[in-house]
Formats: sequence, C-alpha cells, structure tokens
Amino acid sequence: MPEKSEPNGRLKTWFSFLLPLILLAVLLVGFLKYGPLGVFKADLPPVEKLAIQRVIFTPERIDLEVFNDGPEQVTIAQAVVNEIIWKFKMEPDNILKPLESGLVSIAYPWTDGDPIAFTLIASDGVTFEKQVDVAFLTPTADERYLKTFVLLGLYVGVIPVLLGLLWFPFLSRLKGKGYLFLLSLTIGLLLFLGFDTLAESILLTTKLPDAFNGVGLLVIGFFSAILILSAVSYKTEFHFAKKGDQYKAMVWAYLIALGIGLHNLGEGLAIGSAYALGEVALGATLVIGFMLHNVTEGIAIISPLTHGEGRIKRILGHLILMGLLAGAPTILGSLIGGFAYSPVYGVLFLAIGAGAIFDIAFDILHSMAKGRWLSVFTFTNVSGFLAGLLIMYFTGFLVLG
Amino acid sequence: MKKTFIVLTLLIVVAIFIGYRFINNIGTGESDHLALQQTAQESIGTTGEYQSDDFNPTEFLTTWNFNNLPKEERSRFYKETPLPDGALLREYKFFIQDKEIEVAPGVFYPAWTYNGQVPGPTIRATEGDTIKITLTNGGTKPHTAHFHGFHSAEMDGSAFEDMVLPGESFTYEFKAGPYGTHVYHCHSYPVSEHVARGLYGTYIVDPKNDTRPKADKELIMVMNGFDVNFDGANEIYAVNTRAFAYNIDPIVVQKGELVRVYLSNMLEFDPINSFHLHANFFNEYQTGTNLIPDNFTDIITLGQAERSILDIRFREPGIYMFHSHVIEFSELGWAGMFMVME
Repeated sequence: MPEKSEPNGRLKTWFSFLLPLILLAVLLVGFLKYGPLGVFKADLPPVEKLAIQRVIFTPERIDLEVFNDGPEQVTIAQAVVNEIIWKFKMEPDNILKPLESGLVSIAYPWTDGDPIAFTLIASDGVTFEKQVDVAFLTPTADERYLKTFVLLGLYVGVIPVLLGLLWFPFLSRLKGKGYLFLLSLTIGLLLFLGFDTLAESILLTTKLPDAFNGVGLLVIGFFSAILILSAVSYKTEFHFAKKGDQYKAMVWAYLIALGIGLHNLGEGLAIGSAYALGEVALGATLVIGFMLHNVTEGIAIISPLTHGEGRIKRILGHLILMGLLAGAPTILGSLIGGFAYSPVYGVLFLAIGAGAIFDIAFDILHSMAKGRWLSVFTFTNVSGFLAGLLIMYFTGFLVLG
Repeated sequence: MKKTFIVLTLLIVVAIFIGYRFINNIGTGESDHLALQQTAQESIGTTGEYQSDDFNPTEFLTTWNFNNLPKEERSRFYKETPLPDGALLREYKFFIQDKEIEVAPGVFYPAWTYNGQVPGPTIRATEGDTIKITLTNGGTKPHTAHFHGFHSAEMDGSAFEDMVLPGESFTYEFKAGPYGTHVYHCHSYPVSEHVARGLYGTYIVDPKNDTRPKADKELIMVMNGFDVNFDGANEIYAVNTRAFAYNIDPIVVQKGELVRVYLSNMLEFDPINSFHLHANFFNEYQTGTNLIPDNFTDIITLGQAERSILDIRFREPGIYMFHSHVIEFSELGWAGMFMVME
C-alpha cells in the first residue's frame, strides 16, 4: 500500500534526524542532574570581566556604558575617577549578569580637553579601567550635530564620488589598451580598498568585548557579502544574456557602487565615532584628504560603463543613483558612528564592504581574463593595476589629518 | 551627453554650496559646568553603605588589650598577673586567620589577619611589664609576629627558623620597652605581601614615670591601604582600614579635653603618608619615646612603619576634618572628621 508506506518513510526520515538530538537532550539533562559537573569547576571562580564600552560626557555628568562579557556576575562597588573615589549611580542596578549591560553615572566636574581615567572596583577588588585621552562634550542628536554629520558625509562621500564620475566623457574616449589599463587600474583601486577595509575590520575586532566574537562577525560579514553578490551576478548574467554587454556593464557599475557604498558606510562610522569620541579634530586637511582619496572611487564605478557599443539610456539618472549609492552611506555611517557607535556595527559593515569589494574586483578580473588567466598579465594590465594601488596609497597620506 | 554632464556638474556645485550654508549655521557647543561643580562637592566619596559589621572603626579607636570584650570572653585572649616586682605579666592569645574584610562599601579584600581584624588587636603595656604572646597560625602560609621594641634575637620573628607554620603555635616573650608607640607585623617572606595583606597592629608601651599631661581620651589610629586588585599599588586608603569611616561616623570629642592619638603608618607600596588636622595644632612626640614634645604643628609626615603620639586640644566646637595631606590618599579614602562638642 503506497499511501501507508509513504508517511512511514517520512516518519523514519524525521526520526533518524531527531534521534541524535533527543539523545543529546537526554545526555544534557542527565549531566546537569547527576553528572560530575563539579569536576569542571575550578577551585576559584573565573576572573570577572567588564567592558567599559563608551564614555558619554554631558555638562551634568559622565555616563559609562558597561557590558559584562565574562562568565561571572559582576557587582560594581565603587567608582574612581582620576584617582578619586566618586559617588556613582547605576542603571538598572550595580549587579550585572553575564552579557548584561548597564549605565554608570558619575557627577564628576570634568575639564574640557583634559585626559580622564576611570576605574570601577568590583566587590571582590577586581578593577576595570578606561582611559579617555581627551574629555569632550559628547554630541547629542541635536540639530547642530545632525547638520555636522550630514555635511561630513556629503563632503567626504557624495561629492567626491560624483566628481569622479565626471571623468566619464574622458574615459569613454579611451580605446583598446587604454580601456584595459583603466579596468586594471580599477582592480588595483578596488583591491587596495578591499584590503584596507578588511584590515580596519580586523583591527576593530580587538576592541570588541570577547563575548561578541569579533572574528565570527567578520567571517560572516565578509563571506555573506561575497556569496550574495556572486549569487546576484550569476542570476543577472542569465537575465541579461540576451540584452548585450552594456547591461552587464551596468550591473557591474551598480555592484561596484554598492561595494564602495558599504566601504564608505564603514568609513563614515569610523569618522563619526572618532569625531564623537573626540579622537580627531575634523580639520580641513582631513576632509580634503578624504575628498581626494574618494574621487578615485568615482573612477572605479564608471570604468565598466565607458566601453560598450550603443548608448545607455538615461545615463545621467543612473550616474546620480550610483553616486548616491556609493557616497550617501557615508552620511548614514557618520550619523550612526556619531550617535550610537558600537564596534559591533563597525566590524560587521567593514567586513561586508570588504567582501563586496573583493567580489567585484574578482568579477572584473574574471571577465578580462575571458577564461585564460595568464592572458591577463600584459604589461598594460600590470602597470594599470600597480598604478591603481599606488594612487590609493599616496592619496591615503592625505587623510593623516 | 554634454548636457548630461553640465547637469551633473551643476548638481555638485549646488551640493557644495548647501554644505557651505550648513557650515555657517553650525554654532559652537557651550556647556554650563557651574551646576556640575556644585554637585561635585557632594559627590566625592564612596557609593552605598558598609555591608558587614564585623569591624567597628569607632570601637577600634579606644580598644587595647581586648578591653572591648565582656570580661569572660576577654579572658580567653588576655590575662594579666601581678609579678613580685610590681610589674604585670600580660598574656595574649593571637591567632592568624584568612578573612575577607570590607575596605570600602561593598569592596571585599581577602586579607590575612591577626584575630580576624585589620589592623590586628592593639596591645598595651607599661615599661617593664612582661609580655607573652601565643600566636597560633590558622592561615595557609607561614606567619610570624615581629615586634618593634626591645626583645632578644630569638623573639624577633624574622629568621627562617622563626616561621610559625600553618597549624602550629609559638609564644613570644619579652619585657615591654622602650616606652613609646610601636608596631608589630608579620615578617614572613615576602614581607611586603604579608604586611599589605593586613598582618600588622599597634603596640603601645606606657612610660613608668609619665610627666606628660594626663590624656582625657586616647585614640588608636593606623594609616593603611589596600591593593585590592593585586597590581602592586593601593586602590583604597584609610585610617583604620575602612575608607572614609570617620567621615561617615565622625569621632566625637569634647572641647578643651586632651585627645591623645597613637598614630602609626602601616601603608605598603607608597613610601610616605601624612596626618593633617584642620583648624587646630597638636604636640607631637616622635615615636613617643620622649616625654617632651618635639613639635607643635598641624601636619606630620611618616614613612613606612613610623609612628608618633599626637596631643590635641580642640579650641572650639565644630566639625574638623583630618586627612592625609598626600591628597590623592585622602580622596581615595584616608579622610575623616572630628566632631567637637561644647
């Protein structure tokens, strides 16, 4: 009887799937109830951990955002500011369970522009320290800072990218070797950006509380970006197979814009948070440096579009859209970075950006190779590639601020 | 194509222009710190209240030879027997115990203690008395009691063979002298750790023929500190162990009466400490080994294990601060107040 054997078979499949899980559950329950858990307990409890994640300076007080990233409960008994025991209030209370966050408020008469050091003493004498190099009124989400960050994003992200796009007519005239040089230059630019972004993400993982597992976040962000973009290009390749090269070029250009946009989101986060934390003074040099550096991103976006038979319709609309896609995330990034910064966002967005950029660079390289990898390494291509790296390297000096 | 790029260029120009308008509208952030400066004065000090009541700093001030204990209990730790020469035999029972003590509200320090307290019990004798101290080590490391004062080499508590091992006992015996205010502490190695952990106390020898004015109130003070995170520097400072204890409970004295303070400095890690009194001056007897004051001052500075006797007569009623004039220490707990009554 086929009707009966069918559900039976399914039942068996389910059972074979669930059996190990059921046994695991039984084992866990048995282990917790009767098991030799005591064997695994150290004689002394593990040392408590607490991350002071953010310091918020207001005219009335200083707030410390704290996070318990250890396996033990932490009771904060006293606060010391610049070697002075100072009264504090704590939300929700002064006992933090693992993975719980709290806010320590201290009415300390801090001095603008001075370094300041905080020590929180736990009930068993373990201390948690935080040093702020420059005390600085923390921006609140008021009009003034909103404007500052929008403006910052505009200048550092949107305008330079749009300026880069203006090379479109010039680059369209390049033929043959010139075009190949341009494509390899783009790959150079992208790889530099990709490594730069990845390195920033890696550096930031060290600032993350251990519990967040920064490397895990990085791997997830990096590879999901690559895989999702690969799936998108695979899908679109089928879709546009009939419609000719310029559609493929268009998809590329958008993907490059997206990758650069994610990179700029990370860059915006970094700038916004550094500004909010008083770590950088956004001098004119720094802003100009970022502008020059980011003009190259515009070139990277348009290079696939410059070659192609037949005109692309409504090119202006597309260019503006790409410019915004690449540049506007800087605004968003600096807003998030300035008002609600957490290294978690930083690691994740930077990793996604790096993945996206590597994916695009590889795509362009792949199409240049046309299936024969060694054919890529012509003198033109290699010099274009190196030129791309060098341009990024030297314009990078401008952002030392 | 050309038109396209003219439009794009215009757009960028507009964006830059809008940006400029924004810049000009950005004001400067001004902050009024005055209110903060005012609330700051009330906000210095510890948060919360002391949670344990196994040590009473106010009681410690006037406790020696276990005189805070009821008669029967006292006899378990202290016994005095007259000797033929008119002096006394004073016998003490000391035990060493590892114990968590509260050094600031809610901050517990795993101390090594004489008789479960830091500072250890104050012992007090008259010049020429015979002192016998039986030390039982209930801790986990070798310990000793090393007394500053006259004694034979065998009673020094510092040589390798002097160590009292966990579970063992030793009786120190010597004649009290010279008169003055002294200290005792553990001299096991590393000594810095054994002292920092809390193994110290005050040892007073009264002169046989005292020509100083008679004191109306006598107070024991030990300046100390605690390295709660074991990084080789103190986090908490105090006089008599608990940070700001006498800010919370001021020491009550009478106007005009003679207040005699037996002060010693058992601070580890920091080379010096000091005692400063507000609005009043005092006579200082350095180490208490002279019956004539060495100094009339409002501040004295003591190195490690140095001590002095201070005679204070408060001139007017009111509340007067006393604190270390190494101000960092005072703001980390070594500050207190005298409340002077009419």
